[in-house]
Amino acid sequence: MSGRDLELVSVTKRFGDFTAVDDLSLTMPSGSFFALLGPSGCGKTTMLRIIAGLESPSAGRVFIGGEDITATRAHQRPVNTVFQSYALFPHLDVIENVAFGLRRRREKHVVERAMAALDLVELRHLAGRKPAQLSGGQQQRVALARALVNNPAVLLLDEPLGALDLKLRRQMQVELKRIQDEVGLTFVHVTHDQEEAMTMADTVAVMNAGRIEQMGAPQELYDLPRTPFVANFLGRSNLLAGTVTDEHGGLLGVDVAGTRVQVPADRAVARSGAVLVGVRPEKVILLGADDPAPPGATALGPGTVADVSFAGVSTEYLVDVPGAGRMSVFAQNLTGVSATPGGTVRLAWSPQHAFALVDDGAPDDGTGEAVEAAELSEAAAP
Amino acid sequence: MTAALVVGHGTEVAGARRRSRTAWLLLAPGLLYLFVFFVAPVAVLLLTSLFERVPGGPVGATRPAFAVSNYVDAVVTYAPQFGRSFLYAFIATVLALAIGYPLAYVIGVRCRTRPLLQGVLLVLVIAPFFTSFILRTIAWKQILADDSVVVSVLKTVSLLPDDARLTATPVAVVAGLTYNFLPFMTLPVYASLERLDLRLVEAGGDLYATPISTFRHVTLPLTMPGIVSGSLLTFIPAAGDYVNSALLGNAGTSMVGNVIDSRFFRVVDYPTAAALSVILMAAVLLLVAWYVRRSGTEDLL
Ligand SMILES: Nc1ncnc2c1ncn2[C@@H]1O[C@H](COP(=O)(O)OP(=O)(O)O)[C@@H](O)[C@H]1O
Ligand SMILES: [Mg+2]
Repeated sequence: MSGRDLELVSVTKRFGDFTAVDDLSLTMPSGSFFALLGPSGCGKTTMLRIIAGLESPSAGRVFIGGEDITATRAHQRPVNTVFQSYALFPHLDVIENVAFGLRRRREKHVVERAMAALDLVELRHLAGRKPAQLSGGQQQRVALARALVNNPAVLLLDEPLGALDLKLRRQMQVELKRIQDEVGLTFVHVTHDQEEAMTMADTVAVMNAGRIEQMGAPQELYDLPRTPFVANFLGRSNLLAGTVTDEHGGLLGVDVAGTRVQVPADRAVARSGAVLVGVRPEKVILLGADDPAPPGATALGPGTVADVSFAGVSTEYLVDVPGAGRMSVFAQNLTGVSATPGGTVRLAWSPQHAFALVDDGAPDDGTGEAVEAAELSEAAAP
Repeated sequence: MTAALVVGHGTEVAGARRRSRTAWLLLAPGLLYLFVFFVAPVAVLLLTSLFERVPGGPVGATRPAFAVSNYVDAVVTYAPQFGRSFLYAFIATVLALAIGYPLAYVIGVRCRTRPLLQGVLLVLVIAPFFTSFILRTIAWKQILADDSVVVSVLKTVSLLPDDARLTATPVAVVAGLTYNFLPFMTLPVYASLERLDLRLVEAGGDLYATPISTFRHVTLPLTMPGIVSGSLLTFIPAAGDYVNSALLGNAGTSMVGNVIDSRFFRVVDYPTAAALSVILMAAVLLLVAWYVRRSGTEDLL
């Protein structure tokens, strides 16, 4: 049992004059767990449908295991899909739903194999039920078994966990990961949940408006986003607008509203001109108004605490820094509350955690207040 | 406290009683209608079917009796007409399905993204109902007449021998039945195809089913309720029909409906006519029960 690699070359899909998938190329290695992450409407489902053969691309080619399958029809492709809506056949019972693909291919030992697939998702005892008699989570597992049993070269999962509640979702994530390890197929998992993408996948591709913004291992993507969209879609970031002033010993000096901020040159998308300096909220520490910054750290402020929200494991502080905008800070609750709304604080972080991006003018998803604030202050500057 | 409980309980019971009285009141017109126009006539029909002829009496004179022999005589004498009724109705139902299903598929599935076209096509399906059943059948008589375009074209292309004709043949009767009951097939099938979830059809393709196989294993079973109700709505009235045979056929195509018609209104043989009606009803009921059970759609109907 093993998957085959999947390759898309310059795939474009237009609906009328709307481009849903825009000149997209990527390779998913055989046996990998690939997550496609993006906001709703960015073209994820369309891309899966092109791979499955349910939609034909306006341009570009699709290869599986090196073989061009662009012109073949859905039933001829070694690909199975777990649909967003599950699409279980309501007139067939669970076992016949699972056996459907095997029967169409006239395989042997159909019932045994379907039962084995039901074992894998722990639903053997419900084999005789109709889909309407199952809960959402059970239907999802039947849909998974129905696809897995065919041992496809590539398994496509279109937000399969979207309809489940949080607890079941986490449980199914672990389950899916276990099954993928067990069967070794190439999984393409579409989701708009960044936590889900990061915990499950070997490779995450962040998609926006029909394009892949960035692709890589989850840690890599989180640690070093290359576009403002990725910086704020995968976790959150504080983005500060500034101008590069100098470069010394591998460190860029950036002027942010009169404060000198440092960024490693190899973590910068551009080494001159206007940049956005980014730092993750959990990498920022709060200092009292008169506390000295740790040696080598970048310090910003003083600023005013605008809001404090306690979230159990951590507390989020929103700090308004004149000229830099609103910054978000996650502090672990080690020493109790150290700042109150209206208080004056300073912020500090290690330059190794900073990164520099180029503002591409792309709309972000609204989670990054820092970007808006930064843009405002930039517009106000002479 | 106890008093309040008792009072509360009392009003509740009264409320329930009032509610059930309202239900009966609402049902009353329907029940009355059913009794006057269904239960009573069927009872009279059953009684009449057992009457016997007054020996030596005037034409049509009967008297109450328990003449079960009426049934035996009716079946023995009119077996060919029974056979023809069910055969013609069966062929017409199959043809109506063969024509109606693709029609309904085009309207209900292919035109789904174009509601305007869908509406226009549906109106066209129902349009024949705008003129009377009899008039439409007479029109068919014209269409299939010996000197009509249809016949001369068929003769020119040698599909029909030179001395053949279409009117007064079983072909004309079945064609008339098919045409007249086509909307009864098309509409229920359309209703189930309209509701068909196309994502299931896609799932079929995703699971290695060819388009034909997807149709056979997904579309067809899911639209079975429409097919069952459509064929019942076509078969039942077609089996009892006499207009098509009377206008488009001849003595050799007469169906049970024609016999009942002539027994009631020409020969004034009420017991035989009544017995034939009861047999027809019973036979149709049995066939329907068998069919519904066979197609496994009891729970869907
Ligand atoms: N058949 C279609 N006709 C027109 N537009 C479509 C069609 N399918 C999808 N789209 C559009 O393409 C975009 C991407 O859709 P989709 O791939 O479903 O997004 P996602 O799965 O990422 O939420 C959406 O804006 C959607 O409106
Ligand atoms: Mg989608």
